Amino acid sequence: MLLRRVIPCLDVADGRVVKGTKFVDLQDQGDPAELAARYAAEGADEIVFLDITAAPERRGTLLEVVRRTATRSFVPLTVGGGVRSEAEMKGVLRAGADKVAVNTSAVLEPSLIKRCARRFGRQCVVVAIDAKRWPGHRGRWEVLVRGGRDRTGLDVVLWAQRAAQMGAGEILLTSIDADGTNRGFDLELLRTVSRAVEIPVVASGGAGGPADFDSAVVDGGADAVLAAGIFHRREYSIGDVKAAMAAAGLPVRIVPSPA
Amino acid sequence: MSAWTGHGVPVAVVDYGAGNIVSITGALATVGADVRLAARPAALVGAVMIVVPGVGASRPAMRHLHRVGLDTAIREAVSDGVTLLGVCLGMQLLFERSEEDGAEGLGFLRGNVEPVPEAPLLPHIGWNRLRLATETTHPLMAGIVDGTAAYFLHSYAAVPADPGMVLATTQHGGTFASAVAQGRLLGVQFHPERSGPDGLRVLGNAVGFAAAAARD
Repeated sequence: MLLRRVIPCLDVADGRVVKGTKFVDLQDQGDPAELAARYAAEGADEIVFLDITAAPERRGTLLEVVRRTATRSFVPLTVGGGVRSEAEMKGVLRAGADKVAVNTSAVLEPSLIKRCARRFGRQCVVVAIDAKRWPGHRGRWEVLVRGGRDRTGLDVVLWAQRAAQMGAGEILLTSIDADGTNRGFDLELLRTVSRAVEIPVVASGGAGGPADFDSAVVDGGADAVLAAGIFHRREYSIGDVKAAMAAAGLPVRIVPSPA
Repeated sequence: MSAWTGHGVPVAVVDYGAGNIVSITGALATVGADVRLAARPAALVGAVMIVVPGVGASRPAMRHLHRVGLDTAIREAVSDGVTLLGVCLGMQLLFERSEEDGAEGLGFLRGNVEPVPEAPLLPHIGWNRLRLATETTHPLMAGIVDGTAAYFLHSYAAVPADPGMVLATTQHGGTFASAVAQGRLLGVQFHPERSGPDGLRVLGNAVGFAAAAARD
């Protein structure tokens, strides 16, 4: 039986961790490879880097970060943000990433999912979806792109199903409404999408405490749970979250804390 | 091809020319190996362990090994007593034949490679538990307790003809062999280089086993 994953997410720009919180200055932990290693030692089941570097010509820095991370954090690494082509995906995978997340580029050009899945295997292709409750459409969510700035008129469930059909290996589902609130995941969104697709769904946006991880899995049907702020601010460790999940009877991987 | 540095246990990682070998080489270096990438037979010389990592499908992998002469070089090294560790696809290649594409493997171990039986969903991707064979005292699994989680990414798995070589099994629908050993041939279906501290322990065990075997 596959274990439920707990995944810390790092926003990276120009090779540095840039945010993750509005409240605490993270400059002293600005190296993504170092932070990833800390999380891996704490028991992270996977690490996600979201590259928010504005300029594509500075992408080399990201690849260097991926390389350094892959040689010292021995858990799977997913990299997303601005990947627009098979060639770019190949570069990220060769640098040591295990999966690549595509978002805006896949909405603009859905065949990218199919081409990348065929070339690298569907397990490498994560489709990240930013979902927002759709005013006037009860129980529906709209896909937003470009970091949540642009509306698309696409229904999240239909897009998730299409992405799965095109060859996505996994859906990384972020609720824009819940993101940053620390009030828990949008369980209705999670439930709706996880029932609509057969591939794993990763819950993102809204984690406030260990109990939220438990509900994302039990009530939301998520296969994995991603969070940023609560880990970066050290409100909870990965171990705290996993201990709570294990206590609730969920199958998780427990890593003993180093003596 | 880089030279041996002389620091650590000499381990050659077979480079298929495709895919990610950053993590396996990094992980081996972390556990005390002096790692060299081997894209050609000459690079195997001096290694006490050869690692065949897990990338892609059987047929293109075997074709590549054959084209550059690495299949023959690996056979010679094995008959000279060098330890061989196959990881994921690399473990599958230790066996005779794969149903995936009908490709012949290296054939060191008896048995074939078949889809994971009764799997609810393939590929089998993610963290799953190792169930140790009750009588396992093999050094490859030293310090690994029953139920330890490891990271998997595959659709096919080896079905060893002799169950005696199975050190651990894993369940995903049906049960398959997730670690095997026979003589100096070692195979793991999971990715130790992606399985956190426990994965590093297995790799360290393999390096230690190979070093001890080389001294015999």
